[in-house]
Amino acid sequence: MKPQSCVNIKKEWDIVAARQLGRDIARKIGFGTVDQARIATTISELSRNIYLYADHGQICFEVIDTFDNKGLCIIAIDVGPGIEDIGQVLEDGYSTSGGLGAGLPGVKRLMDEFDIHSEVGKGTRIKTIKWLR
Amino acid sequence: MDEKLKNMAIENSDSIVQLWMEEINSLKLDNYTASISDELFESTNRQFVNVIFQSIKDGGSSKAVKDFSERIINLGWPLGYITDGLQVFRRVTVDYILSQYEQLNSEFISNVLKSVDAWVEPIIRQLVNEYSGSWENTVSLQRVALQELSAPLIPVMDGITIMPLIGTVDTDRAKLIMENLLDGAIKHNSEVVLIDITGVPVVDTMVAHHIIQAAEAVRLIGATCILVGIRPEIAQTIVNLGIDLSKFPTKSSLKKGFRTALEITDRQVVDLENRADSIEHMIQSLKGE
Repeated sequence: MKPQSCVNIKKEWDIVAARQLGRDIARKIGFGTVDQARIATTISELSRNIYLYADHGQICFEVIDTFDNKGLCIIAIDVGPGIEDIGQVLEDGYSTSGGLGAGLPGVKRLMDEFDIHSEVGKGTRIKTIKWLR
Repeated sequence: MDEKLKNMAIENSDSIVQLWMEEINSLKLDNYTASISDELFESTNRQFVNVIFQSIKDGGSSKAVKDFSERIINLGWPLGYITDGLQVFRRVTVDYILSQYEQLNSEFISNVLKSVDAWVEPIIRQLVNEYSGSWENTVSLQRVALQELSAPLIPVMDGITIMPLIGTVDTDRAKLIMENLLDGAIKHNSEVVLIDITGVPVVDTMVAHHIIQAAEAVRLIGATCILVGIRPEIAQTIVNLGIDLSKFPTKSSLKKGFRTALEITDRQVVDLENRADSIEHMIQSLKGE
């Protein structure tokens, strides 16, 4: 695994910075335009969640390059309020901010692997991977 | 004490300048190389050191410093050149002054350091302020420029208006889009409003949400909203995200959307070629007579 590169999310424009870095990395790994768009959208959703609910956090990218697999791992970390009921946020149409509620379930569908850890009062960590096929 | 040191530095400016030039030239190799020609570097250095001495003579910031900073900013040289230059000047001058005295005590050294700092600091402050001022100016100009092209509404025909969106949609811009869309639709008395998202790089749930809201608002004021410019990859991500855009018509390109808009307003595009042909035919037949 190659070293991570991270983007701090504090302002709304940091979302754009994270998205651009992610898209660049994805292009270098060799993802096609559709997967690039999926990855960029994923980063957008995850970083916007950080910006909206946790105020600040980090988006990290790891390039996975092993013998039989190649892919991009995106990790979103924050020390925000955490999520009480993870099952609920992964349901379509659930939102506390009046949005569409398609963010997290959407990310789960956009990517190949999805892993979420959250503790109320401590923060949330989401790890998601897209494999290059 | 300070006056004495000042006079000494000014009288010996030639030797100090010499030492300074040597040091700064060795810095060039490491830092700002390539794009800067030796001659330009040399002449700018001379100017720089003159400005420093001018400022020492005048006892603080002066017009010379301002002019010099403007020149450097126009040349686009890094701020590092200025801070390095002044650090080197501080070091070289202190070394030089101390080397002129045989007996040194700590009080004297501390006085020398204090004096030299007092000469250099106002210059650093002013130059750094000029620099950051020019950056802030650029950023604010760009913000205004961005704002200007953020949500234009173009009336193309009676009853048909187009809003082309290019670039990232954030919360501020989403608000502007909504306002301009509704204001424009009423002002131009539009029956159909086309929102073109060809230039929007990523459509996530927030962007989609704002577009849906805008379209719904347009529907409420009695117009139809057509979303056009949906690229294949965007279509796929929208489906993956599970966003429902079925409440209003969507088209892949502005061209198709425009045709639909014409249909809705009971109009159509007619080719003029046939008529041109028939005119030619008429002329031909006239000649024949």
